[in-house]
Amino acid sequence: MATATQLGFNQETFDAFVAARDEPVWLTEARRAAWEHFQNTDWPARNHEEWMRTDIRMFKLDRFSPPQPTDAKASSIKGGLLCPGVALAGHNRSLDSHSLDLTLHKNWSDKGVIFGSLDTMLAEHGDILRPHFQSAFDPTHDRFASLHAAFWTGGQVLYVPRGVVVDEPLHMLSSMTDGGTDLGHVLVVLEDGAEATLLCETSSPTETAGGFHCGAVELVLGAGAHLRFVNFQDWGHGVWHFAHQRALVHRDATLQWTVAALGSRLAKVNQRVSMVGEGANCQVNGVLFTEGKQHLSYDTLQHHEAANCRSDFLYKAALQDKSRTVWRGMIKVDPAAQKTDGYQRNDNLLLSGDARADSIPGLEIEADDVRCTHGSTSGRVDEELIFYAGCRGFTRKEAIQMIVTGFFQHVFDRITIENVRDALALAIARRVREYE
Amino acid sequence: MSDTLTIRDLHVAVDGKPILRGVNLTMQRGETHALMGPNGSGKSTLGLAISGHPKYEVTQGSIELNGDDVLAMSPDERARSGVFMAFQRPVAIPGVKMADFLRHATTNIRQPDRKEGEELIPMREFRKELKGKMQQLQMDVEFARRYVNDGFSGGEMKRAEILTLAMLQPKFAILDETDSGLDADAVRLAAESIAEIGRDKMGLLIITHHDKLLVHNPPDFTHVILGGRIVETGGAELAAELHSQGYERIRKAYPQDDAENQAMLETEEPQSIG
Ligand SMILES: Nc1ncnc2c1ncn2[C@@H]1O[C@H](COP(=O)(O)OP(=O)(O)OP(=O)(O)O)[C@@H](O)[C@H]1O
Ligand SMILES: [Mg+2]
Repeated sequence: MATATQLGFNQETFDAFVAARDEPVWLTEARRAAWEHFQNTDWPARNHEEWMRTDIRMFKLDRFSPPQPTDAKASSIKGGLLCPGVALAGHNRSLDSHSLDLTLHKNWSDKGVIFGSLDTMLAEHGDILRPHFQSAFDPTHDRFASLHAAFWTGGQVLYVPRGVVVDEPLHMLSSMTDGGTDLGHVLVVLEDGAEATLLCETSSPTETAGGFHCGAVELVLGAGAHLRFVNFQDWGHGVWHFAHQRALVHRDATLQWTVAALGSRLAKVNQRVSMVGEGANCQVNGVLFTEGKQHLSYDTLQHHEAANCRSDFLYKAALQDKSRTVWRGMIKVDPAAQKTDGYQRNDNLLLSGDARADSIPGLEIEADDVRCTHGSTSGRVDEELIFYAGCRGFTRKEAIQMIVTGFFQHVFDRITIENVRDALALAIARRVREYE
Repeated sequence: MSDTLTIRDLHVAVDGKPILRGVNLTMQRGETHALMGPNGSGKSTLGLAISGHPKYEVTQGSIELNGDDVLAMSPDERARSGVFMAFQRPVAIPGVKMADFLRHATTNIRQPDRKEGEELIPMREFRKELKGKMQQLQMDVEFARRYVNDGFSGGEMKRAEILTLAMLQPKFAILDETDSGLDADAVRLAAESIAEIGRDKMGLLIITHHDKLLVHNPPDFTHVILGGRIVETGGAELAAELHSQGYERIRKAYPQDDAENQAMLETEEPQSIG
């Protein structure tokens, strides 16, 4: 660890990093271009619209280094909350971006499903994966995106060939050591008519552990494909979390994307879903719970590029202590996207007087025959409800736990995977404390 | 030994404004008491003060259950020691199903020493009992799947409160206008159910403006409250008199309390609970 902290992200470590990797030339070139861009870019300005509510002055990149290999055992890492007792089609567990164990049921590999670490799979199946890699990711979006594109390591990939229906969930767990770095890149490609359920989870060794995640998620859904994607961010409360996540949803494909975030010290997530083919359908279910001094910031964009698409984003956040959430939502409808049905909503429940939730919904509509609605609410827990429950024998804490669970019920009801629903409800109820 | 709820010289204020001005009331388990009085006289306030609503500040007097100081208890401790109130205006808890709410409530009330996080009564057993009680109250079992009081009609809310009473089996139950908002058939059913669930088994304090509940649950005592004070106590015949004649005689006999009552009404604010 001592040597690791001296490494940092600089020309020397970048050259050493690239030299140590046996990667195809095109990939090395892409890394070099991104590194170039990183060096010529500043950190986001404080008055930048996307960043003005999210203060990263305390973030010091030189405290972190490119992910180091580890000799830890997969069994020693925490996590796996989403799938206890669930029969899985496969799983992949990694620590500091290095895969520790990988399984994929033979049944699926025989059908051409690719599942595992992105870096190894890109080398093995470049012909299949290369056209999709970074098709839903912009390495020049900001300095974090460039850093990620230059140094991404390990990563996870799921590729499902045309028409293959994977009827058991796949599980990816990315863990990070205390003070470690995770630069994972998730690439999911479902060819036309393919179906899959992917549970993606992060963890730290303790609830207070620190570290640095600078990651990306790319989801590519071919025509008529159906993906249920669950993204559960449960880092320690000292982790800096920066992520660019984007989905491309082609004709008549359906994406159900559940985002749950309980962890990290500061999270800045850019989530974009592009409806690029007619009849595409996307539902996003966001569940955020924050406490202490956590700051979670979500920037979502539902981009309607084609006609007759539906998008439905619902984010719910409950905040305790002095924590803070920022939610910026945008529905963008291109001129071609007639008959768009777009919906976005953000509800916040403040459990303490010191918590704060900012909600900034937005619409940018260039087509004339569309239906787009948005809304947001923020409010304190109603004391009358706590009293009523008290009269029925609930302690104050039990009452608040119940009210919080009830608050999330609407979004839980939309999550069609029972284990995920139960795991989230439990993880949240555990965190609710008593308030006066 | 029979259980006793004793209220002595109870003074209650809301936001510093005095509402109850020295209420005395003793109830034995098994007795039925009617509490009657004009609008704004303090009936709901008495119930909420007994239940421990934080806004209702007891400025003087005492409430004891079998000698234990009720005022020192939190609302849930009061509920667990056997005090219950059916609310005039129950609140909605969005996203929380009736069945889950009642299962947790029933567990806590039946196991008053249960710690947070300990097991609830088994689902199967609970469902069976709940279903039985709902059938008794002629309630559709689908009702248990709805969110607590969320979008309930006035009548549905009252029936849900009676169902809760049936599940929790308290020692003392304050029924605050549990007959209002019900149609004629529903009132009769409610009156019969309350008699079956509570009469003789509990101490009932029935707050009502109508006579149906009292026909099926003839009161051993009738108390008349005016301007925050119980001004008269009698038997069932007093309730009958008030129903047929109204409060004219009472107002004349207690002009000062009547003036207090009027004064309170004039400063009345909208209430969210009670
Ligand atoms: N939470 C409150 N905030 C302000 N005033 C209140 C509150 N609760 C009660 N009061 C006042 O206290 C007085 C008594 O109210 P209470 O609800 O106890 O009357 P009640 O006898 O139950 O009347 P009703 O027959 O209309 O239900 C009223 O003047 C009322 O406005
Ligand atoms: Mg009242």
